[in-house]
Order: sequence, then C-alpha cells, then structure tokens
Amino acid sequence: MNVIRPHAAPGRPLAATQGLIDVDIHPRARSVHDYDPWLSAEMRQRLHTFGIRPRHGFVKGTPYFKSQPLACRRDAWPESGTPASDLAFMQAQMLDFHGIDIGVLNPLQPTAQGDQNNPFSVAMAHAVNEWQLAQWVDRDARLRASVVVAYEDPEASAREIRLRGGDARFCQVLLMSRTSHPLGNPKYAPIFEAAQEVGLPIGIHAFGYSGWAMTNGGWPSFYIEEVSEHATSCQSLVASLVIEGVLERFPKLRIILIECGFGWMPSVAWRLDKHWPSLKSEMPSMRRLPSEQIREQIWVSTQPIEEPPRPEQLLDCMGWIGWDKILYASDYPHWDFDDPRTAIPSYIPEAKRAAIYGGNARKVYGF
Amino acid sequence: MALPQGSIDADLHPMVPGLSALAPYLPDLWRDQIALRGMEGFDTQSYPPNAPKSVREDWRPEGIWPASRVELLREQVLDPWKISRGIVTPLYGVQLVFNEDMGNAFTSALNDWTRAEWLDADPRLAGSIILPMFNTEHAVAEIERCAPDPRFVQAMVLVMGETPLGRRHNWPIFEALVRHNLPLAIHAGSTYRNPVTSLGWPSWYAEDYTANQQAFQSTLASLITEGVFVKFPTLKVVLLESGVSWLPAFLWRLCKGWKGVRFEVPWLDRNPFEVVRENVRLSIQPFDAPEDAETVQRVMDHLGSDEMLLWSSDWPHWQFDGGPRLPPGIDAALARKICVENALSTYTRLALEVTP
Repeated sequence: MNVIRPHAAPGRPLAATQGLIDVDIHPRARSVHDYDPWLSAEMRQRLHTFGIRPRHGFVKGTPYFKSQPLACRRDAWPESGTPASDLAFMQAQMLDFHGIDIGVLNPLQPTAQGDQNNPFSVAMAHAVNEWQLAQWVDRDARLRASVVVAYEDPEASAREIRLRGGDARFCQVLLMSRTSHPLGNPKYAPIFEAAQEVGLPIGIHAFGYSGWAMTNGGWPSFYIEEVSEHATSCQSLVASLVIEGVLERFPKLRIILIECGFGWMPSVAWRLDKHWPSLKSEMPSMRRLPSEQIREQIWVSTQPIEEPPRPEQLLDCMGWIGWDKILYASDYPHWDFDDPRTAIPSYIPEAKRAAIYGGNARKVYGF
Repeated sequence: MALPQGSIDADLHPMVPGLSALAPYLPDLWRDQIALRGMEGFDTQSYPPNAPKSVREDWRPEGIWPASRVELLREQVLDPWKISRGIVTPLYGVQLVFNEDMGNAFTSALNDWTRAEWLDADPRLAGSIILPMFNTEHAVAEIERCAPDPRFVQAMVLVMGETPLGRRHNWPIFEALVRHNLPLAIHAGSTYRNPVTSLGWPSWYAEDYTANQQAFQSTLASLITEGVFVKFPTLKVVLLESGVSWLPAFLWRLCKGWKGVRFEVPWLDRNPFEVVRENVRLSIQPFDAPEDAETVQRVMDHLGSDEMLLWSSDWPHWQFDGGPRLPPGIDAALARKICVENALSTYTRLALEVTP
C-alpha cells in the first residue's frame, strides 16, 4: 500500500492532512536598531535615548523574571544574536524541520505596544510592521505578518489597520491582552471598526502591561503567578467584549486568543449565561446569550496545551469551546514551545486533529 | 426539591440597615463621628442594594430593609426549607474603610451586631468573624476577641484585597485561625484597592460581579504558591459565592506552571490539585454551569472530589427562584454530602453546640 505524506518533514505530524499552520511564531529584532530605517529622526533618538517605556518599573527585562533567558528554548540561540532573530536558523529549526506550511508572526518584544508614550508607540508599530515585511515575510513566503498597532491610541491604530488592509502579507491585527482598559471599553471601538472593515481578524496575544496590578487583588510575587494570571486577564477581556456589546456591534469580527490558555473559556461563558437574568436589567439591548457570542466569534490557540488529569477532560473542554475554534500554535522560540508532533494528543480523533493543525486556521484567516 | 434532612446553609447574608444599627456597639469616639461627619453608610459597590443580584425580588419586604432581621431569614429560608444550621456572613463594607483604626472599630461593632442580633436570636445560626485586613495586628486581635464564642465558626475576608492573600504579612492571621481551629472564609467582593479587573476599571456592574471568578483564581494561586498550606497544613479555606466550574481548568494551568517552574517555589512539595482537594471548600451558589445533568456530571468529574462542595442559598442574593436548589444530576448520596456532611467536617465548631 502506498502511503502519501504531503510535505514530508522529519518533525511534521502525520495527522496534519489539512496543512500545518502555526499561529504563534515570535520573530525578534537583532537589536532595536533594526527598526531605524522606518523611524523618523525624532523617534529614533527617543528609542535610543529613553528606550521603550512599558507600564512597569524596569528599563531592561521584565518585572517577573522568566524561567530561562528571554523565555526561550536553550537550543534556539543562533551562533550570534538572539532566538528567532535569524531567518535561516528559524527555517532550519522550525519551518523546514516541522514542515510548517504557514506561520503567523506575532512580534512581542521589543515593539513598544502599550508604551506609556502614544506617539512613540504609534511610530514603533509602523516600523515593526515594515520590518516584518522586509526581514521576514518578503524573504519566506510561508510567513505572514501581523498588523502591530499602538492600541492605546485607537484612532492611530485604525489608520495603521486601514493602511495594511488588502495586503495579503498581513493576516491579522495584533493586540496584547493586557490593555489599560478592559478591551470592550468604547475607547477601543475604532480598532474593531477598522478590522471588521478591512476583513482582518484580531489576534490577541497574552502579555503586555496594563499599568494595573496583575490580579484584581494586587501584585503577585512570582512568575508562576504571572503566567497563570494570563488566564484571568483574558477572562476579564472576554467578559468585557461580551458585556460592552462589542461582539454584537461588530458581528463579522473574529477574535483569536493566542497563548491565553483555553480551559477557562467554557466556565466564563457559563457564568455570563448563568447571571444573565439578573444582569440583563443593566444591558437591555443585548440580544444573544453570551455563550453564543463567544462560541461564534472567539477562536483559541492550543499552546500551552491544557493538561488535565484525564484525556476525556480535554475532549470535554475542546467540545465545549467548539472543535472548529481551536488552532495549533507552537510559540517558537519560547521555552514552553509545543512540538506539533506531541502537543496535540493522539487520543483526539484524527479528523479533529487535522482541523486543529490546519483546517480551522485556513478558515478563520482565509488562507 | 426537598433538601436532605439536617441541611446546612453555608452562605447567608444579613444586611445592616444603616450605620445607626452599629451605633450601640461602637465606642463613643466612633459613634459620634457618624453624625459629626455625616457618614452615609458602608453599602458596597460589590452589592448595590437595589441591584437585582443583591436581593431576590420576593425577598424584598415592603417598608423594611431587606435581610435586616432574623425574622426575615426564618420566614424566607430557615423554616420553609428546614435548614438545621445556617452560617451568617454580613457583607457590610467595614472592610473597605481606609482609616485602619476606624475600620477596626466598625468591624468589631459589626461582629458584635451579628452576635447580638442574629446568633443570640436563633440557635440555628452560626457566624463569621469579619476581619479588618489592613492591619495584621487588628485582624489577629479580632480573632482572639471573638474566637472564645464557639458560635463563630469561621473568619471572613473579601476575595479582592490590597495585596494577594497568601503574602507573608498575612501569615500571623493564618496562625491565629489554625490555633483556634477556624476555617478562613473568602467571600466574593472587593475592598476596591485595585480595579476589579487586571485591565482596569470596567464600565458595567455585570463586569464587576463577573470579576469575582478571576479573583478567586488569583487568590488561590497566591495561597498555594506562597506556601500557606505548607506552613499551615490544617488551615481550611472556604470559598463563598465563588462559582465552582472555574476550578478544574484553573488547576490544570497552575499544575502545568508548577511542573515547569517549580524551582521558583521549591517549598511547594505537592501538586496544587492535591492541596486544593485537601484544604479548600466551595459553596455551591452560584455553580456557574448549564442546567443540564450531563454537563454538571462532567464538571463534577473534573473536580475529582465529592468532599469539596458546601450547600448554600446565598440569601438574599438572587441566584435562583423558588425553593432550594442543587445543580441537576446530583444523586441522593452526593446531595447528602454537599448539604450536610461536608459542612460538618469543614466546620468542626458546629459540633460543639447542641443543634435544635
């Protein structure tokens, strides 16, 4: 019997029969000087004098120290420079080895999203987008860029989104999950309006600094808490999108939660439904049950994959979210990288695994 | 539905009808300030008194502040539902006051009000020692003051404080609780020292109420990772009005984090799942799952324990209409555990008194 393995590669899962699409790859600038060609003299000077000023106290690094340098796999460091800063190295270790068909780039740092200074953040977002094209997407056709926006200046964000609309090299708008207001706040409406208008989904990647304590009961002590608090901040984000009416007001909007975990989502939807009768008096204009809005308009990425004690519990959870809503992600080059061969457990029926590896992403991104 | 015989209601909320109700229990210094400064009362944004969630419609008597008298509790819940014991936890916002001394005085007054007007009035009732958390010495002193009365069966803090609950400055409080064999109740609600989401202040009350679900996760994460249950292995924590269905997925995440970066919290020598099953209990209103037996049974399977849930009505909050409720798909044996046995094993002080 002949077995056909399309795009055979040593690290490619056999079940990826609808393509292997990784919705979370993090390219990194070799240094912030990489952005210089696309910054004005004034902004270049700001970048190199005062640097990026996130809403936390440290000039270098992060307030909760990662478990490994730059939170990266130990084997992801090229001979010179930092992980995921070298296309050839990324091709060899990730794209070619795993047989990735399409990879979505989510630049995280240093990009100045959520910077304290809006005009600087706006200029940097534009430069990061140009850099993604020049350094990555135009050099490898498998890669797609994200429209990085200065989300704390929603009008400027909308301009950047409209500028990139229609350019197939960009596949989504990219926000960080920790915004300075809950994301459904009317202040952010121009972002949703522009994204719906140009037909781009909005990818929201866990991370960023809201400027507020990382729990609603104050600042935690440990990195292990910071990591688990990504789930809580994303829960507030989803509740806000529903309660503020964003999903109803923009019915074609697609929200993709990346690296936010997903086990929590059924319970958030159930809670909003459960309290619907008592809370409806405050929101008489809402028409659809929160769980329906979430089921229709929110997608999730797999990494870091949930690991409940028993297999059927993961199947329950994925079924509650919707098998058509789950997208494979690797998080390359970070330490908690999910290898496509092992991260999506083989007890998930093969057709559903194929959809997670590629079919679902093709539909939501329109690849 | 009828509850099993001997059912215990773990979450009842008397409502203080105004600061004047506390006046008899205050020292002169603070009693005088109520009128002198025109203080308008400590009802909190967590439960605006007129909001539908705060008081069930048929539990709003005409001309009387709702839930303000023991007769109302008897008529609305204890007698018709044949509740054998009920634990009362007032949520009046004495725990929000910025002035430590004032907060301490009003908290003590509230505890004395509970004792005099509720515990003395009905032998079925037990109470919670409300704790002034902004000064550790005050909180410990309040535990010492109230603990000799066995009718106080737990102490209560709000889930959203100024700093995460597990932080070391709170450990003398946990030490005092363990010394007196008192569980720590953590109830929904905020002290409003932080916005109710980690993304800032929301627009709607609905978001405020929803945010309790996140707060309970953060608080448990703090208690577990800081090592509270390693230092105080007998401390029982009771989550009140926390919702239930969020717990398994929260633990999946925390366990995964613990496996990956446990070097950061080397004292944490057990899987967080085990810690929670041993030390944490949850009241059952709200449950936060669909009203279908199959889903509820899957959620119970994910919880992986039949010893963690305590029955509650959450009176007078509006969680359901009509008579007492359990989620669908709970069989008689499990109902008995939830309604009777789990509470008795959590609140050992209940056995110190004679039940009527």
